[in-house]
Amino acid sequence: MSATVTTLAALRAGQSATVRAVTGDSAIVQRILAMGLLEGSDVRVIRFAPAGDPMEVEVLGYPLSLRKSEAANVEVDHIR
Amino acid sequence: MSDAPGATPAPQSAPATYTRPVIAVVGNPNTGKSTLFSRLTGVRQKVGNYPGVTVEKKIGRIRLAERDADLVDLPGSYSLAAHSPDEMIAVDVLLGRVPGMKRPDAVLVVVDASNLRRNLFLASQVLELGVPVVLALNMVDVADQRGIVLDPRQLGERLGCAVVPIVATARDGKSKVQFASRPAALPDHQASEVPAATSTQLSGFDDLRTALGDAVAAANRAPAAVFPELTAAARELAQTFSSATHQLDPLETERALLDVGSYSEERLLARADTPDQRAALVAALEATRNQLAGDKPIAAVEAARRYQWIFKALDGVEVRGEPRPGWSDRIDSVLTHPVLGLLSFVGIMFVVFQAVFTWSGPLMDLIDGAFGDLGQSVGAALGEGAFSSLVEKGIIAGVGSVLIFLPQILILFLFIAILEDSGYMARAAFLTDRMMRLAGLSGQSFVPLLSSFACAIPGIMAARTIPDRKDRLTTILVAPLMSCSARLPVYTILISSFVPNQKYLGGWLSLQGLVMAAMYFVGIFTAMAAAVLIKRFMLRGPAPAFLMEMPPYRRPMLRAVAQRLWERGGVFVRRAGTIIFAVVLVVWVLSYFPRPEHIAQQYEVEREALAQQTDLDDAARADALADIDHREARDYLEQSAFGRIGHFIEPLFRPLGWDWRISAAAMASFPAREVVVAVLGTTFAVGDDIDVDDDDSAGTMRAALQNATWPDGRKLFNLPVALSLMVFFALCLQCGATVAAIKREANSWGWAIFAWCYMTGLAWVAACVVYQASYALLM
Repeated sequence: MSATVTTLAALRAGQSATVRAVTGDSAIVQRILAMGLLEGSDVRVIRFAPAGDPMEVEVLGYPLSLRKSEAANVEVDHIR
Repeated sequence: MSDAPGATPAPQSAPATYTRPVIAVVGNPNTGKSTLFSRLTGVRQKVGNYPGVTVEKKIGRIRLAERDADLVDLPGSYSLAAHSPDEMIAVDVLLGRVPGMKRPDAVLVVVDASNLRRNLFLASQVLELGVPVVLALNMVDVADQRGIVLDPRQLGERLGCAVVPIVATARDGKSKVQFASRPAALPDHQASEVPAATSTQLSGFDDLRTALGDAVAAANRAPAAVFPELTAAARELAQTFSSATHQLDPLETERALLDVGSYSEERLLARADTPDQRAALVAALEATRNQLAGDKPIAAVEAARRYQWIFKALDGVEVRGEPRPGWSDRIDSVLTHPVLGLLSFVGIMFVVFQAVFTWSGPLMDLIDGAFGDLGQSVGAALGEGAFSSLVEKGIIAGVGSVLIFLPQILILFLFIAILEDSGYMARAAFLTDRMMRLAGLSGQSFVPLLSSFACAIPGIMAARTIPDRKDRLTTILVAPLMSCSARLPVYTILISSFVPNQKYLGGWLSLQGLVMAAMYFVGIFTAMAAAVLIKRFMLRGPAPAFLMEMPPYRRPMLRAVAQRLWERGGVFVRRAGTIIFAVVLVVWVLSYFPRPEHIAQQYEVEREALAQQTDLDDAARADALADIDHREARDYLEQSAFGRIGHFIEPLFRPLGWDWRISAAAMASFPAREVVVAVLGTTFAVGDDIDVDDDDSAGTMRAALQNATWPDGRKLFNLPVALSLMVFFALCLQCGATVAAIKREANSWGWAIFAWCYMTGLAWVAACVVYQASYALLM
């Protein structure tokens, strides 16, 4: 594993990963966590909106849309 | 208007008159909560606002076996975290802190059975309260289609509450609901082996009523041990810092612990009696967080504990089969496709816009005609005089000017209900989010703003679907800048009178059409700029999260759609109706009084003189009489309070190229923009019933405007004046019904007055710039 941190925002459509941590401002962190994106969750990128942002991911078996700026708060590893 | 946490709501106990049990309804968005609420309460509901916030308060009556109870619908949310006053309402209702409402006797949690894991996050927060809980396991049919096998009985035992499987949208509630409420499916059962129930006794709604009846009669339950250390720490903190003057509640203390640096924490700290006590509380909160979470954010630890608890509760209770790609995914691969998705989006929006714009036409004409006829016949029956004018031009015309918007509102809400219930609205927000961000808004503002091209009122009412308060308010404040259909008569008459009818590119482009399009772009551009400025300077704060579930596509349910139309229509007629009605009355009084005797005498003389003339045929006589009537009306208007105000404010509008008549007409159009056409008509003595669709009367009106002069004989109207008047009407908020709608939706006169002031100011500046620039260039 490289030393740089990969975030959910950097994944391509079709890629899956495991959430390692959620960082940032408390309000946004709480919202991300409540949606099920928390340490240990598996997440898969379904698609991006036509303008490349926001993105749609699958977590806990349901589709969730979020902006890249929010996805950048979600650190991931085990990208596959 | 401020975001600062205000004084805490004082009443801790309910008024003695409150006798019915109260049941709060909570749930994630897209769980069918509103549909279930409507089906349980029918039309017996009251819609209002919570004091000081923009959250809708919806209370309905539900019939239980023993007695009736009040259902209180809370806004759909994913968590009880409270970062704003609007989000705090859910906590306040659950604690019984809202004035006039008592603490709920039970809570109905609505969850999506096909998405239980995330839905139970909110449920786990409610289960910690210790209040009796009923869990409505909604959409069990969807879960079934997705191969999810559930054991509701077992789930109820694990959660310690009643769990009732239902299908809130089932057309024939009973049979389908029963299919879902079959005996607990054990994990080793195949779904096909379980026979569908046939008994009509076990319907989901009946079971739900029974469970709710038991819940309101039950004593408090033991709080669920989701994160016991947190619950204990919150209770201890609340005890330590409660004093004779204030009681801290464990739940609000827990929220303050979790929602670091947010509204709920601020509000808890605001309860401290002294600065020292506040400092001690800050330190205690920080110490408790460290003790519970170490170096991790406390919210991360809390979320981890909740999801651990949820996974444990669902182990063996929810068995998920192989995920099958359903038709919902296939639709999405088209509707969110980079090319096809955008094309279908434009197509759908075009249909919606066309429908609101054109389908409503005949209905609006019908209402307009009916009220016109009614006014005339009542006016005729009452004869001449102030009372007759009040009834005809004040009351009947006033009510008509409100009801005329009803067709547009109903048609738009029909589409919005269908788009929302089908799940498409989330896709529309997904597709337009990037574009709307240029204006500092999110994709969720797109549909309300688009609707405002037809009429700002349904657009403003549609803004309630925007979850973030700042985005919602900004959308409400800029929506009236979109050129609505009421501006069309103003544009039409002025463009046809003063813009040369030049054609370019072999007739494909006309100057008149270009000016019309320019008016629409002025509105759009100004709205975008205003949104950016409002977000930057007035409603500052971090960009709201755009985190939303993409709900599966579903077929909208006719009953639910119809009920929402009924609800929205009723709200509009009742609330906006009363306010606009008052405004119309004021304008009528100002433009009717005073009525100097000498004017009546002067025109009476003229009428008598006309009666003496014998060489006139009937048509000429009628024309001459009408001319006298119009001149009399014009003189009365000039003498009225309105006319005097017009003269008084004329200097203010001189830089726009207007005289007192245009100024007074612009002011008199406060109830509704298109009134300006009628008032200009009266003022320039061409008849007070100007119908711009009618070539003849439009022709007369055109001629009258083109011939109007200043006292020194110069022509009053020219292209610069027409442009300045159009730009003014493109940007001003001369629409009493919209002002009333803003007041209602923002729940504050402050925002409504602000909207009027900033738009009128903008309109004045823009009209002045356009007049001065075009005068310098053209004249």
